[in-house]
Amino acid sequence: MRNPLFKKNIISINELKRNELELVLKKSEILKKKPQPNLLKNKIIASCFFEASTRTRLSFETAVYRLGASIIGFPDGNNISLKKKGETLSDTISVISSYVDAIIIRHPQEGSARLATEFSNGTPIFNAGDGANQHPTQTLLDLFTIKETQDRLSHLNIAMVGDLKYGRTVHSLTQALAKFKDNKFFFISPDALIMPNYINDMLQKKEIFWKRCKNIEEIISEIDILYMTRVQKERLDSTEYANAKSKFVLHVKTLKHARKNLKILHPLPRIDEIDYDVDQTPYAWYFKQAANGIYARQAILSLVLIEKH
Amino acid sequence: MQINKLQVEAIRSGSVIDHIPAHIGFKLLSLFRFTETEKRITIGLNLPSKKLGKKDIIKIENTFLSDDQINQLAIYAPHATVNYINEYNLVGKTFPTLPKKIDRILICPNSNCVSHHNFITSSFIFKKNKFSNMDLKCKYCEKEFPKNIVLSY
Repeated sequence: MRNPLFKKNIISINELKRNELELVLKKSEILKKKPQPNLLKNKIIASCFFEASTRTRLSFETAVYRLGASIIGFPDGNNISLKKKGETLSDTISVISSYVDAIIIRHPQEGSARLATEFSNGTPIFNAGDGANQHPTQTLLDLFTIKETQDRLSHLNIAMVGDLKYGRTVHSLTQALAKFKDNKFFFISPDALIMPNYINDMLQKKEIFWKRCKNIEEIISEIDILYMTRVQKERLDSTEYANAKSKFVLHVKTLKHARKNLKILHPLPRIDEIDYDVDQTPYAWYFKQAANGIYARQAILSLVLIEKH
Repeated sequence: MQINKLQVEAIRSGSVIDHIPAHIGFKLLSLFRFTETEKRITIGLNLPSKKLGKKDIIKIENTFLSDDQINQLAIYAPHATVNYINEYNLVGKTFPTLPKKIDRILICPNSNCVSHHNFITSSFIFKKNKFSNMDLKCKYCEKEFPKNIVLSY
């Protein structure tokens, strides 16, 4: 089978076609069942984290080591000489691209990963999060977890809860799931943090069902995936936050009428939007979801760096 | 009786950008860096216009604008005409049409967009929104903005 992802930059989930997403998920499944440690033997990959993101970095770096590749890089942009000397991102990428086979980049500015592709001289770039913009491998691991738990990516009812305005994970996941058939979306958030219009417009344009709901109880018996996100305290005034906090916290009692196949996902870190008691229910899947990040990242790294599998 | 009186000095050869909305002429000069040349430029502001009421006009000697430059004018001056002059005669006339993308001219309103840094040039593509109006999408941060927001930034 031709590998359409070979030598491709992985910048935005919007740029991956449905068949490419399916290829990554298939590869993730194979790697989870049967690890192939020598797939990237002799490759060197740079892990350039211009802002700290411990979980994402460790997940990427574990994926690299599990594939047998070597890694160079830095975990936090504040302590690198490049920043202290005032080197531009474009110059940094030009130099590093001549050392390695691929660059994983995390950067606080939106569009930085796309900029990196213009200076990497063909060395593939993996976006590990650029500001509030894109974090495509998070979406890949979300899709992989949904596929794994529901055995499909279509005909699903998905509820998204919390900060739907600024949460890039829910935007990207909605865009990705909209590429599959007959999915229905239920959005639950404080008024100040509703899903942005461009997402709603995209769903409308594709004639995909979506609905705003007041609370989780309203739709708990209808949904297959409950995707929780953190309501960020700094985004709301104190009264709004107090209301949102009590309204959108998931308790075990909320799950009373849940479908058997329901799975609760969360991009983590969790603060207090999921009660700790929920962890003990069969619905809690967020830690397994985080673990799946390794396989999804192994899959995308190997597909971009090896033409034939 | 028709009065054929030139409002701005005629040029022997070059381009005349006519029917620029009033008060936009100076903006075009700086945004499109028309002034970064040794060529002689004449500009007329607030001239009477049947089409627009008032208009600005720019004449650039010995310079012929590329199709890309002309089309990029459409974002600020959608009704502009560009006339080509040779030996004081009109030898060609063209009208800007909105291009698919616009580079360098605009600034991304997203203050955290990487295009504000690193000495790179901005790049936007035009996208029709659900009301059939034009939005501009930044190539880098992927944010979409109504055209008027980007133009007034």
